[in-house]
Amino acid sequence: MVRYASLAESVGHTPLVGLPHLSPSATVRLWAKLEDYNPTGSIKDRAVFTMIKAAETDGSLRPGATILEPTSGNTGIALAMAAKLGGYRLICVMPENTSLERKQLLAIWGAEIVSSPAEGGSNEAIRVAKQLAAEHPDWVMLYQYGNPANAEAHYLTTGPEILEDLPEVTHVVAGLGTTGTLMGVGRFFADKKADVKIIAAEPRYGELVYGLRNLEEGFVPELYDASYVTSRFSVGSRDAVRRVRELLEREGIFAGLSSGAILHAGLAQATKAVNAGESADIVLIIADGGWKYLSTGAYSGDLDASEDFLDTQVWA
Amino acid sequence: MSVEVRIPTILRTFTGGAKAVHGTGATLQQVLDDIEARNPGLKDRIVESETLRRFVNVYVNDEDVRFSGGLNAPIADGDIVVVLPAVAGG
Repeated sequence: MVRYASLAESVGHTPLVGLPHLSPSATVRLWAKLEDYNPTGSIKDRAVFTMIKAAETDGSLRPGATILEPTSGNTGIALAMAAKLGGYRLICVMPENTSLERKQLLAIWGAEIVSSPAEGGSNEAIRVAKQLAAEHPDWVMLYQYGNPANAEAHYLTTGPEILEDLPEVTHVVAGLGTTGTLMGVGRFFADKKADVKIIAAEPRYGELVYGLRNLEEGFVPELYDASYVTSRFSVGSRDAVRRVRELLEREGIFAGLSSGAILHAGLAQATKAVNAGESADIVLIIADGGWKYLSTGAYSGDLDASEDFLDTQVWA
Repeated sequence: MSVEVRIPTILRTFTGGAKAVHGTGATLQQVLDDIEARNPGLKDRIVESETLRRFVNVYVNDEDVRFSGGLNAPIADGDIVVVLPAVAGG
């Protein structure tokens, strides 16, 4: 059944496709869950619609309200569409060093953007948003980093979809940002198939993004519970770009940069399984497509130049 | 057993501005003790009450050590240790 009453109803139910050219053997297989099939082109539609519904249900979000959210892009874009449908005003606080396309998409859906300084990346966006929220108590901050509905979306949809399509799943690899995907999927598999390994692929940015004034400005999302994660890997921009190009060349999948980091971590798990003589079915969560990153030049040309440019950006 | 330990900008005041220092040891704890001897004050910014500070992440060959033994994570010759402050995504 692929008929839905409205766009909002169509969130999720994304395809899981095999990666026959990147899988090392017939018994160690890689699969890609294509989240760019969601209405605004990313996995964030799941979290956003669940968070909005929860806030409408508990009465914190009322008709005509102003929503405020710190975001590096995809959450903001999903929120902008949902806010338009729901009749809300949206203000996004976004680091200034994010891709041009993200700003353009937010503008198309009618969101207002407050830029936060490049140094400190999303940590700064969160700080600025919290300050604005304190100054405007009538604004509603859904706060993806600490909102249980973010993880719940993946507990209720992403996790069950994976298990239904691939009952033999052994690993799920997802990006680590708000930790919502990992927490929801991790908790789902802890309940339903506890031996599934949950692998976090965390983007490692350039020095600018880690340019905090002191360690106390560090940030760990309130949602994060390390007990739902099996291993966590840090993937730099060079490996992410190399892998995202490989995904395009070998499998024809045009994915966003964070998916390059996820493929990198997934291939490491595949190699580990091959070396141990074990079979494995490894699901990679492809969070979005490559369209929003075309202006970064990541998909063609000199790898060193791509790496140098991305080291100044919040690219995931 | 020498390993490279990469230091984030905010902790380079303890390394005379160096982006990376070298240390020896069979575990992360031993490597941190070793580099502390030449970079006094550095370890205290990474470790608090015998555990990693909340807003500091340490990776050995790109794997977060909190999932591979923490301060007891094994270290082998040629490993690369990266220390970073915790930052958000999303």
